[in-house]
Amino acid sequence: MTDTLSSPRPEASHSRADNGQPLLEIRGLEKRFSLSGDFLEQLKFKGGRLVREQEHVHAINGVDLEIQRGEALCVVGESGCGKSTVARTVMGLLHPSAGEIRYAGERIDDLSTQALMPYRRRMQMIFQNPYASLNPRMTIQQTLEEPIRLHHPDWSRQRVRDQVDEVMASVGIAADWGKRYGHEFSGGQRQRIAIARALAVDPEFIVADEPISALDVSIQAQVLNLLMDARRDRNLTYLFITHDLAVVEHFGTRVAVMYLGRVCEVAPTATLFATPRHPYTQALMSAIPRLEDERPQHIRLEGEVPTPVHLPSGCVFHARCPHANARCREEIPRLIARDDGSQVACHGVEEGRID
Amino acid sequence: MSLLEVNQLDVRFALRRGDVKALRDVSFTLDRGERLGIVGESGAGKSVAAFSLLNLIAKPGYIAGGSIRFDGQELIGMRDRHLRQIRGNRISMIFQDPMMTLNPVLSIGEQMVECLKAHRRIGRREARAIALRKLEQVHIPSPEARLDQYPHELSGGMRQRVIIAIALLLDPDIIIADEPTTALDVTIQAEIMDLLLELCEKHNVGLILITHDLGVVSQVTQRMLVMYAGRVIEQGPTREIINDPQHPYTQGLMNALPQMATPGSRLNQIPGSMPSLDNLPSGCAFHPRCGFTQRPDGSERTACRSEVPGFVASGNCQAACHMVAEMQDQERIPAQETSR
Repeated sequence: MTDTLSSPRPEASHSRADNGQPLLEIRGLEKRFSLSGDFLEQLKFKGGRLVREQEHVHAINGVDLEIQRGEALCVVGESGCGKSTVARTVMGLLHPSAGEIRYAGERIDDLSTQALMPYRRRMQMIFQNPYASLNPRMTIQQTLEEPIRLHHPDWSRQRVRDQVDEVMASVGIAADWGKRYGHEFSGGQRQRIAIARALAVDPEFIVADEPISALDVSIQAQVLNLLMDARRDRNLTYLFITHDLAVVEHFGTRVAVMYLGRVCEVAPTATLFATPRHPYTQALMSAIPRLEDERPQHIRLEGEVPTPVHLPSGCVFHARCPHANARCREEIPRLIARDDGSQVACHGVEEGRID
Repeated sequence: MSLLEVNQLDVRFALRRGDVKALRDVSFTLDRGERLGIVGESGAGKSVAAFSLLNLIAKPGYIAGGSIRFDGQELIGMRDRHLRQIRGNRISMIFQDPMMTLNPVLSIGEQMVECLKAHRRIGRREARAIALRKLEQVHIPSPEARLDQYPHELSGGMRQRVIIAIALLLDPDIIIADEPTTALDVTIQAEIMDLLLELCEKHNVGLILITHDLGVVSQVTQRMLVMYAGRVIEQGPTREIINDPQHPYTQGLMNALPQMATPGSRLNQIPGSMPSLDNLPSGCAFHPRCGFTQRPDGSERTACRSEVPGFVASGNCQAACHMVAEMQDQERIPAQETSR
């Protein structure tokens, strides 16, 4: 037993988790950010009376997702669709406005910082920008030791060092990097260090928020390979946030497509790429620049993504959807499971209007 | 004679510890209405190449040698007063970040009118009419209302459309676009690329597209250059390079793309990373990362370490690689003289 968990809860759930229970369960998740400042700034005079007014950015509006053990679930979408907010809420870096998050059956979104600690060891995060996510005043050795010391305060110095050596070797960091500082390394090397830091405490679940978007093509392949090796060797489960569909096709076992704070389609990767169902997914897929000879006709969408401050009624995509009708404008579509293992939130697909 | 001829361009940055050679021996041409892609990773020198065409290299950078001929005139060493008649007028530029390019305190209309008045003797009303027509050309909905709006009121995609409209204002012969869609979402990127393609074809405008995205290059351009560590290492018709890259770096770059691999399998990575320009490896700058410095029989190609490779032709393409040169010698294909 290397674990020194103060709370018995995660251990108890560990055994239960094997009965087909998802590792992570997100139910009805919502997150709003206030645009109106503090209480005094919200007070306004209207019609001779003092009223309190608040405006919100609706970053996530009712997201349901499940991640099974061993899966690599990719969340894709364009900027502002709420994919990073989902990642941060899952990690407990943001508190949800509504809904719940369960990890191995236990609710974690309402836990105190203290009670969350054992989960923090089991869930680790890799950030997009390795230039910002490494502390410039710490050596690589210190950067990698910090999470181990935090989660295993009783470990001896030697044991901590052994653990760091082991994780450095496993991600291909030379031992002599330890004495150097973050700024001495290139973007790809820094991301390698950030991955090592996440793996240092032997997590079982990794949330990666655009981990390769800031890197060059030849470096992207190195880091993606590293993440896939770690998945295989350490039995990791991933929540992988990206906007790059080519990466999704390669890395993900399942894909969730998000638009304006809602999930519009979830499907196994092969199914999604063979037969995208949701009109937005279809448009997104047709826009990928491919290397093939002929220029494929991409589906042009009308207009632009509406602002998440004033959400459209009904389906959030209806104003840009070529298949929208009266029902789409009024009723919010729910994710409906289909025979091929996919779930689609679209009235048109449900009614058979769109194939 | 081509519209634009760049010959052995050499750009350096004078730093206290010595000159950094950002661009070495870069030569290419662009015909009227032709679309050329410049591809490479960060630090390859593709943006420096574009900026130096318009003498936009800021100190401590300077053009150390070579020639840039546009429509028969030499641009290097041209007086600023004369260069201004070409820059923005006959060659215009689109930058990466649409928010940084537009002036936040001027309305779209004012910026467009300002640009026209700087280059032509033209009345306000007439300039506004031209601005309106250009906004229509880039398919901006309700262009009249947009003229009085400010950049922050527009989305990223709309801003980039406005910038393209500004680039088109003076009916240029060449547009240089430096990563024009990198800051944009993929659906917007597809729309902007369609637009650029449509405008270039319709008005016979030449395009120099700088990007790191091989997918974008393959869909928009007719010819391409691949750059590595300040040099062009492969050039030729886009389709031929994409379908059959010769240089090991180009091959590596293509093979590293997830779309070239079976989903879930290991990607073919290029080991190491791009060398820094003030500490370039001897010989071919790519040799420490290259998998072909040894011959199939195990003997070392010493030239890779000691000599900078020259271009060898293969088909319509040219690659600067000792391995390609050697393979061709063995196949006894007569090496053609390579000037372009």
